[in-house]
Amino acid sequence: MTPLLQVRGIEKRYGTRIGCTDVSFDLYPGEVMGIVGESGSGKSTMLSCLAGHQPSDAGQVIFEGQDVLTLSEAERRRLGRTDWAFVHQNPRDGLRMNVSAGGNVGERLMAVGARHYGDIRHTATGWLERVEISSDRIDDRPRQFSGGMQQRLQIARNLVTGPRLVFMDEPTGGLDVSVQARLLDLLRGLVRRMGLSAIIVTHDLAVVRLLADRLMVMKGGHVVETGLTDQVLDDPQHAYTQLLVSSVLQV
Amino acid sequence: MYVAVKGGERAIRNAHAWLAEERRGDPDIPELTIPQIRAQMALAVNRVMAEGSLHDPDLAALAIKQARGDLIEAIFLIRAYRTTLPRFGTSTPVDTADMAVSRRISATFKDAPGGQILGPTFDYTHRLLDFSLMANGDPPAAPKASADPQPVPHILSFLDTDGLIEPAPHSDATPRDLTREPLELPADRALRLQALTRADEGFLLGLAYSTQRGYGRNHAFVGELRIGTVCVEMEIPELGFAVDIGEIELTECETVNQFTGSKTEPAQFTRGYGLTFGQTERKAISMALVDRALRWRELGEDDQGAPAQDEEFVLSHCDNIQATGFLEHIKLPHYVDFQAELELIRRLRAAASEDAE
Amino acid sequence: MSDYNFAYLDEDTKRMIRRALLKAVAIPSYQVPFASREMPMPYGWGTGGVQVTAACLKADDTLKVIDQGADDTTNAVSIRSFFQRTADVAVTECTQEASIIQTRHRIPEAPLHEGQIMVFQVPIPEPLRFLEPRETETRRMHALADYGLMQVKLYEDIAKHGEIATAYAYPVKVEGRYVMDPSPIPKFDNPKLDNSPALMLFGAGREQRIYALPPYTSVQSLDFEDFPFAATKADHSCTICGAVDSYLDEIITDDAGGRMFVCSDTSYCSERAAS
Repeated sequence: MTPLLQVRGIEKRYGTRIGCTDVSFDLYPGEVMGIVGESGSGKSTMLSCLAGHQPSDAGQVIFEGQDVLTLSEAERRRLGRTDWAFVHQNPRDGLRMNVSAGGNVGERLMAVGARHYGDIRHTATGWLERVEISSDRIDDRPRQFSGGMQQRLQIARNLVTGPRLVFMDEPTGGLDVSVQARLLDLLRGLVRRMGLSAIIVTHDLAVVRLLADRLMVMKGGHVVETGLTDQVLDDPQHAYTQLLVSSVLQV
Repeated sequence: MYVAVKGGERAIRNAHAWLAEERRGDPDIPELTIPQIRAQMALAVNRVMAEGSLHDPDLAALAIKQARGDLIEAIFLIRAYRTTLPRFGTSTPVDTADMAVSRRISATFKDAPGGQILGPTFDYTHRLLDFSLMANGDPPAAPKASADPQPVPHILSFLDTDGLIEPAPHSDATPRDLTREPLELPADRALRLQALTRADEGFLLGLAYSTQRGYGRNHAFVGELRIGTVCVEMEIPELGFAVDIGEIELTECETVNQFTGSKTEPAQFTRGYGLTFGQTERKAISMALVDRALRWRELGEDDQGAPAQDEEFVLSHCDNIQATGFLEHIKLPHYVDFQAELELIRRLRAAASEDAE
Repeated sequence: MSDYNFAYLDEDTKRMIRRALLKAVAIPSYQVPFASREMPMPYGWGTGGVQVTAACLKADDTLKVIDQGADDTTNAVSIRSFFQRTADVAVTECTQEASIIQTRHRIPEAPLHEGQIMVFQVPIPEPLRFLEPRETETRRMHALADYGLMQVKLYEDIAKHGEIATAYAYPVKVEGRYVMDPSPIPKFDNPKLDNSPALMLFGAGREQRIYALPPYTSVQSLDFEDFPFAATKADHSCTICGAVDSYLDEIITDDAGGRMFVCSDTSYCSERAAS
């Protein structure tokens, strides 16, 4: 099987400080990769480099045989509204807060050429239901929604065009524990049913335990350990990973 | 039968005739002369020259007379005239260090070479109406002293030699010309200063004030404010050297602002700059504060989202001729757009009441 | 007015404007920045249109100027007399006779023909302006044809009002590429832009932009398949000439709710009434 995404030697520096360096991995279709590490470990920097939200200083990100870091802005945006999706930690960064829920979900459809209002609305309604938002809220604006609902709306808005690769930056961050559990459950269902490939950045090991097939542990901008999720969490090799795992178990 | 309203042409002609009468006012009162306006309304003349971007006190006085004292209208007349003038060339940069000053103050040093000169200022006047002016009395003569032609170097140059203030490197690069090229953003500092020097005084005053109250605070001291005349020189290609073609009055304000610095770079004060035609010191100080606020990116400061830091916002809205034109254009007939909206609203209301039934 | 050049502007300025016009014609509906001059009339009152007209005007041209469709509205009268004074050109009220028609907010009812130039006065040339106030961002959106947000606005209109709630300055897509503001003409006039035999020039003086539609350019109003664009007008006929196909002004005739409707295009109306 050929990888969906090949990451080779990604590096990002801020002056003399390392954002992340020498990050390489393959992601296969249908696979979910978890990136863990404490804040400042470089995991979010790496994610935004992969997604092209900020320029990398070195490396390649090969998707379908092409290095996406060399794409023009127009091609990158097209990719960003078709095959790729990005779920932000803060729903306000990923939603249009002054546009209705239906408009938020419909935007990606319209951006790729949908021009039938009834069809767009029908699809949007279906997606709101899949993320457990009542369809009678379709004309409400996100600011009238709770934090958990906003995050589910952001997920619906991203998945409506059937992307193949989803980047998620701390998707459960900032939510109550009970709301997190519901969101995780929903995400797991969607990822499995749609056969999505995903890269999830989180500091929460419970999130990767539930969602990720493989794990990458980062510290100080470097990848310190990789492996199958259960293997890394149950038998951590690197001292930092051991610390990370033990600190969670103590809770 | 209904006859459509006609006669726009006659209405305009008559309105303008009436305007001319109103401008003149009561013919029993002597008419204002241009020299009177120029001499006695000098600060209005200065403002019209500064914002009209044309240094010609007689034309500015004429514009004020024609505009019935409406200064923005007068500035508009000057701008419209200015744009038709052929451009023979450009002067060499004026040297404000060589200014024959009539006023020169510093808020940062009690005394400095050249001294503090209050000059003809409203500062420290008690704002009490002087009823004697109603009687047209001549004021008593101001005391005179013999001229003391000592040099008046820039105050900030003292800080500069000690490295205490950011350097202002000399450049011979020709700046872009706001009046001959469309404004394209981001603008460099030269272009921003060009826009600010002809910007509306009230707009700049409000923005500068907002920086003092914390909206893009840059903590300014008036390092130096100087008003006086400078020589304007122009290189004549046939001659091969610069000749003096006249002198103009300018107001220059240099502010000393909060410092920058880091572990690697020693702390230094920063600069804001204002330069305007005539005695227009409120404008020049405002300009320096806004200039400094707009430099946040270059100086590695945070974007606080303050209006005075927003280059696109400031440059797009600071010109009072653009602003007044667009504002006042909503007086023009909009029957057609309004009719379209009217029909739309009626249709939406009809649909809503059908739904309700 | 012999103190001023033909049609007021000096030849260098005209040349600069013509260069912008050529670029505009070469890239239909692309907004070309130009160094708009201060004119002896206020920004917002047609300075863009006046500069474009001045740059196109020749001594043998016949000029028609309309505002709100009418030849005798005050601003139309003012602009027409400006060109009579500064260029001494022939003027007309008849649409077919004019070689250049400067307009604010309307396209004449009579069909245009090849060789004619329509000059539109444009207040805000940027169709995305009220969705995104920053020029730096809207220029990027045009460059990348990133128009999803525009369609979202139309979607929101339908969700809220049951139809697209834009009555004038209704956005169009030109040759399948750029989204353009047709100036604040009522949407009734939008179909006249599509495939027109006349050259359409748009001038925005204060905003320093010129754009154009060459003859026979495809101009489609944005819409949805199931909510198609409709060129609507008041559902009446003209009280004066009886026309049922022209855009109508509503006139209040008394203080008891009495109304009548008359053609906004005064030239069209009077020609019909005379024949």
